[in-house]
Amino acid sequence: MSAITVEHITKTYAQGNAKKTKVVALNDISFSVEQGQLFGLIGPDGAGKTSLFRILTTVLLADKGNAAVDGLDVVKDYRKIRNIVGYMPGRFSLYQDLTVEENLNFFATIFHTTVKKNYDLIHDIYIQIEPFKKRKAGALSGGMKQKLALCCALIHKPKVLFLDEPTTGVDPVSRRDFWDIIARLKAQDITILVSTPYMDEANRCEKIALIQTGRILSVSTPAKIIEEFGHSLFAVRSNDMYGLLQSLKQNSSIEQSYPFGAYYHVIPKKGFSDTDLVQYLETNGHTEIEVKAIKPDIEDSFIDLMKQNA
Amino acid sequence: MKQLFSFVRKEFYHIFRDKRTMIMLLGMPVIQLILFGFAVTNEIRNSSIAILDKSNDIATQKITERFRASKYFNVKEVLHSESDIQNAFRSGKVKMVVVFPQNFNNDLSHTNSAQIQLIADASDLNTATTLINYASNIIMEYQSTILDADIPYRINTNIRMLYNPQLRSAYDFVPGVMGLILMLISAMMTSVAIVKEKELGTMEILLVSPIKPFLIIISKVIPYLILSLINILSVLLLSVFLLNVPVAGSVWLLMGESTLFIITSLSLGITISTVTQSQQAAMLISLMGLMLPTILLSGFIFPIDNLPYLLRLLSNIVPVRWYIGIVRSVMIKGTGFGTVMNETIILIGFTVVFILISLRRFKIRLE
Amino acid sequence: MDAVNKEKVISVDKLVKRFGDFTAVNEITFDVYKGEIFGFLGANGAGKTTAIRMLCGLSTPTGGAASVAGLDVYKQAEQIKRNIGYMSQKFSLYDDLTVKENIRLFAGIYGLSRKVIKEKSEKILKELGLEKEADTLAGSLPLGWKQKLAFSISIFHEPKIVFLDEPTGGVDPITRRQFWEMIYNAAHEGITIFVTTHYMDEAEYCNRVTIMVDGQIAALDSPKALKEQYKSASMDEVFYQLARKATRKGD
Repeated sequence: MSAITVEHITKTYAQGNAKKTKVVALNDISFSVEQGQLFGLIGPDGAGKTSLFRILTTVLLADKGNAAVDGLDVVKDYRKIRNIVGYMPGRFSLYQDLTVEENLNFFATIFHTTVKKNYDLIHDIYIQIEPFKKRKAGALSGGMKQKLALCCALIHKPKVLFLDEPTTGVDPVSRRDFWDIIARLKAQDITILVSTPYMDEANRCEKIALIQTGRILSVSTPAKIIEEFGHSLFAVRSNDMYGLLQSLKQNSSIEQSYPFGAYYHVIPKKGFSDTDLVQYLETNGHTEIEVKAIKPDIEDSFIDLMKQNA
Repeated sequence: MKQLFSFVRKEFYHIFRDKRTMIMLLGMPVIQLILFGFAVTNEIRNSSIAILDKSNDIATQKITERFRASKYFNVKEVLHSESDIQNAFRSGKVKMVVVFPQNFNNDLSHTNSAQIQLIADASDLNTATTLINYASNIIMEYQSTILDADIPYRINTNIRMLYNPQLRSAYDFVPGVMGLILMLISAMMTSVAIVKEKELGTMEILLVSPIKPFLIIISKVIPYLILSLINILSVLLLSVFLLNVPVAGSVWLLMGESTLFIITSLSLGITISTVTQSQQAAMLISLMGLMLPTILLSGFIFPIDNLPYLLRLLSNIVPVRWYIGIVRSVMIKGTGFGTVMNETIILIGFTVVFILISLRRFKIRLE
Repeated sequence: MDAVNKEKVISVDKLVKRFGDFTAVNEITFDVYKGEIFGFLGANGAGKTTAIRMLCGLSTPTGGAASVAGLDVYKQAEQIKRNIGYMSQKFSLYDDLTVKENIRLFAGIYGLSRKVIKEKSEKILKELGLEKEADTLAGSLPLGWKQKLAFSISIFHEPKIVFLDEPTGGVDPITRRQFWEMIYNAAHEGITIFVTTHYMDEAEYCNRVTIMVDGQIAALDSPKALKEQYKSASMDEVFYQLARKATRKGD
């Protein structure tokens, strides 16, 4: 039995003045997550991640479709589901005017347990915030807040953990720490569904679903998604990066070119090789040219899939 | 149960740690104190009065002596004509004028009865009444000195209260203030506390937990119930022991009715929270939708009978209007349950309606 | 990147900001040149936001000196505000005004005439492909379009410098790149770009990058030089090495 199943879920919102315009937040979404799996929902803002999380944690009703968590239906068995899941919603949602300790104790009590009982589960995380245990939650840094929220979501040893954008707005170092923590949680046999807009975090998941404006672009392991990238890919540099972009765009043998950190990624048309590209750039007055064939990144796949689905 | 306790404790943390809320909660009783203090006065000494003596005979002089000698009065002016009276009051120099008519002693001797007119500034009805009482006593005392077994001398006092045709007493404000404050604390603060949870996003986490949603609401309500009861108790204690304003009727009845009104207000607060999404909206509705009608339509300031027909009708749906009526009856007039039974039933009715609306609108999910 | 004009548009010398006995910014010194894309990185709590607020004329420094577009941050803060552009992730446009109304509002704030506003509006709408959405409420635009529009509006009045505070947070990969292409174009036309971001790949697009740690500047150089210095393959690695050593963990 899968830990989470999503079948043809659709959700629409009314928006705008007089609520006349309809926004389709989720459009016929289907996928499943296995027991104990670390599953990433990767997509930018507006993709529908939060709506999906709310449907799965039973606080929102879908317009169409079914979903189940640990075999329980999200509509009919919502009470049972609410007992066994841990949820960390999008914005930091703990009590700012309560201390770290008070927050933790409160959530433990709500779930009919005590901090002591499941302490080993949160131990690794808690020792990082323990020095601040008497500080009000509102006075913690972004990274600390996320760790506290995670502790509160774990304190009752949930079967399934829902983390909605836990690393958004947090600096890269804290982000890495957080993912190390999540990876260690896997050892506890907790199913974890994480959403994130950061493509590089996709690689830390066992399986991912790429989602954009309410539609799933692909569901698979990160490795397989990259394999399915059906083009060759070059990374290109030169001494004049701004001019380089112009040159690339003017070349009709290039399918696509876009910035990608220190390099431009170039998708050549069939038959256009790296040496061809080097020649072209030399002719256009570029120096210090670097052109190498590379394997695509998840982000390359995402961009490709976005363009395919447009 | 442990859950409920943990919840209620959390709510108290929120209340005590929020400076604004604390100021309001602590400020209320202080405001009440001040209003009470100024509204109600007890012993009055050295009040300035004036005397208009049209007879200037031995009787009037003797009575005037007594006035001068009294610790309650300070005879500030001796007036010479009727026209002086208005000026004396208007200038605020005196609070009462004693008027002896012409031929006072003559009338007394020959007809065995005479009149003294006592004119008081009734804009402060309490003080005026007290002064009138003191003055009447003085006159009675004089009367008893000239009384003879055979001759029933009678000095009648003719009393005029100026500037307060309806004889509105400061006492009248007290029930209104009590009702207003109870309602603000219970309705407004409860609705804000519930909506705050929604607004901050913590409601989401609470919903995804074993705790039953209605328990969340109950736990929000309990702290304010407790605080309101404490408030009422302190007001009553203050009024009885510090200000010597007794509760004319049964204290238990008063507390019982107050508790009922608190519950009515709390359910109103819950109802408001089901229709608003933001704390600001909750506050706005509470202030505009509750406080204004309370002040204008409940009989707090303007007597209901004086309101135009339409507004009078409207005042019937303002819950606090009924509570004010009950408090006036029980606390000030000292009536029993029978008199206020109708109002009590109406308040219960309001409570039931609010709770039903809340239950219907209550959401176990977001949206 | 483009050869950069050596004219200084921002000059910072030992700038300090203290809140009580807490020193948020501890003697930072750097210069920014015209047409440069200058990346300003750092963990939350490192002092980034405080520093930017001082440069935008929103907060008075406790010590040190700084000038922005030739204007002194102490004495000419109000003038600075009129000469810069600003855009942040948290607030960019009024959701309940239409696209056109937003343009008019912000352009009007910077004192542009009606005629100029009309001409430039049409130009922007065409470039962004928003002609059909001119009368749509900004709130109903997808995030990426909003941010691109907000950027255009922030440089509408052709300021010397534009401050961008995490402008691409949460935006989809394609729009993010379009956004950066717009930034490149603006820089090419001589507008200096001062940008903060949590996307380390975006740090690579900058001419030079500064990394703040514990209120001080821990690194200041081109991405290429920094990677060589710290023997890292990416800016992400460089950042990680520097920020890990931070002692300050608070907001």
